[in-house]
Amino acid sequence: MSRSIEAPTGLSMFVYRFKKSLQTPDPYLTIFGVGLWLFVWWLLCEGLRVDRFDKIPGPIAVFTELFARTPFQGISIFTPEYYEHILVSCRRIAIAFAIATGVGVPLGLFMGWSKRIRDYAFPILETLRPIPILAWVPLSILMFPGFEAPVIFLATLASLFVTTLNTMLGVDSIDEAYFRAAGCLGSSNWDVFKHVVVPGALPYIFTGLQISIGVAWFSLVAAEMVSGDLGLGYLIVDSYMNNVTVPMVIGMITLGFVGWITSVMVRALGNWLMQWHVKALALQGR
Amino acid sequence: MAQDTIDAEISGTQGDTPGQSKVEIRQVSKAYGDEWASESVIESLSVEIMPGELTVIVGPSGCGKSTLVNLIAGFEKPDSGEILLDGSKVKGPARDRMVVFQETALIPWQTTYQNIVFGPKLRGDLKGKALRSEAERLLDKVGLGEFKNKYPLQLSGGMQRRAELARALINNPRIMIMDEPFRGLDAMSRGLMQEFFLRLFEENRRTNLFVTSEIDEAIFLADRIIVLSNRPAQVRKVIEVNLPRPRDYKMLSSEEAYAIKRDAMEILHEEAMKSFKSGTKSDFAEAYAKSGQ
Repeated sequence: MSRSIEAPTGLSMFVYRFKKSLQTPDPYLTIFGVGLWLFVWWLLCEGLRVDRFDKIPGPIAVFTELFARTPFQGISIFTPEYYEHILVSCRRIAIAFAIATGVGVPLGLFMGWSKRIRDYAFPILETLRPIPILAWVPLSILMFPGFEAPVIFLATLASLFVTTLNTMLGVDSIDEAYFRAAGCLGSSNWDVFKHVVVPGALPYIFTGLQISIGVAWFSLVAAEMVSGDLGLGYLIVDSYMNNVTVPMVIGMITLGFVGWITSVMVRALGNWLMQWHVKALALQGR
Repeated sequence: MAQDTIDAEISGTQGDTPGQSKVEIRQVSKAYGDEWASESVIESLSVEIMPGELTVIVGPSGCGKSTLVNLIAGFEKPDSGEILLDGSKVKGPARDRMVVFQETALIPWQTTYQNIVFGPKLRGDLKGKALRSEAERLLDKVGLGEFKNKYPLQLSGGMQRRAELARALINNPRIMIMDEPFRGLDAMSRGLMQEFFLRLFEENRRTNLFVTSEIDEAIFLADRIIVLSNRPAQVRKVIEVNLPRPRDYKMLSSEEAYAIKRDAMEILHEEAMKSFKSGTKSDFAEAYAKSGQ
């Protein structure tokens, strides 16, 4: 192995990676894919004006409105309302995701680790889990006052189930041999929990968290549509009610981007915590 | 459930003469399954593992060798009979009986170094500088000094086994239990690992139980070979291997080695045929399903 080439750091590393990626087909395929998608959207709504699609704003209408200093329909990147909607939704997600993770991960770990706790909790979890989040809307409005609490409750509930279940499966997935090895070495139960159960379940936990933040977003939007005063879900349904279709589409696109960013953040945190896993995957060329 | 394995009492008593301990297995039986369909895996098995010897257990595959290992290690309890380590009964897993597992059981989220110091660190019986220098010594001994900060999945199969040996040795166990430790290695690494392991054993003659299904490996390593029968496992024959130590590969082609091999092969073949004949349709279906896992 030659060690003469020093690894670039910081910005130069980023530039190096970027240049390297331009030599692969990946970025061009992405550009082509996005372009094709935008073209079809434009063709349906603005180009051919296909029946029923002609009422939907096309990409040109949406993007001119999005970047207009004085938007016709009220929402663009220059209006403070736009950011208020994003901020409110993000805050709700942050709270819901934090509660769901804080409760779901420990619950799942204990359920995976101890047969007794699983016997207590699992049947209830499995009964509540299939109930669609929208079915909880009336109950949450009855249970919680105001706009904020019911919406957060619904988003929390949805992601709690995903997080708990994935964490439990994560513990199940740990090879028995590690428990035995730890037993030989003289670990107490608590040591095993700390050094085997928690780190061993991490890959599943983070897979679960990525799904759970997605689930949190779509249940949040569903909740905001039914009961809310602000937020991206509210923006979408409110625009529809008021017959302004462009902000509706802007809300949808924004939602997509913000959701994407949040799951990238979760994934990055997971990779940072699980160097052993990342390195193992890298050896397989992934 | 995972927790049940370690619920058993964990004791870490240390003898006066580490590595010079005797294990007696007395009339041990173990069966699995429901009462109406229980299958006996081990029946009234009695074996002695002599101090300072390398005892090798060979038997046809699926004869209950791993179950025996689990019983001695304390991961499972015998239905009847008892297992004595220097006269006291085995109650659960402990650091005085270190197991090197079939497939690697190095903890993948710990680096090689962290794996090796895991046991002493948890128990707190070796700390700071002493622990570090002992770990470094063992890492160098198994030739992994440069790889101490790598994760197990970044090591080759042979390296993983050596790391596992180091992780066991740092605990200074009374007996080492090797459960088909070199299975899954290619022929070349396997040969090298056998020689490496022999040198390690011949250095301090720590009581060692080595389980394998390969007769050549058994003859090369063993002081005594215990040939087990088909399920339920019983002792078919005990063979003393009097090849001189230190051993080398050429001895495998000696007249004596051939005699032992002929002897053992005859029994193993007979036992393997029995299991082949007794194989019913459902056995094959089960084996087939398992092979897909």
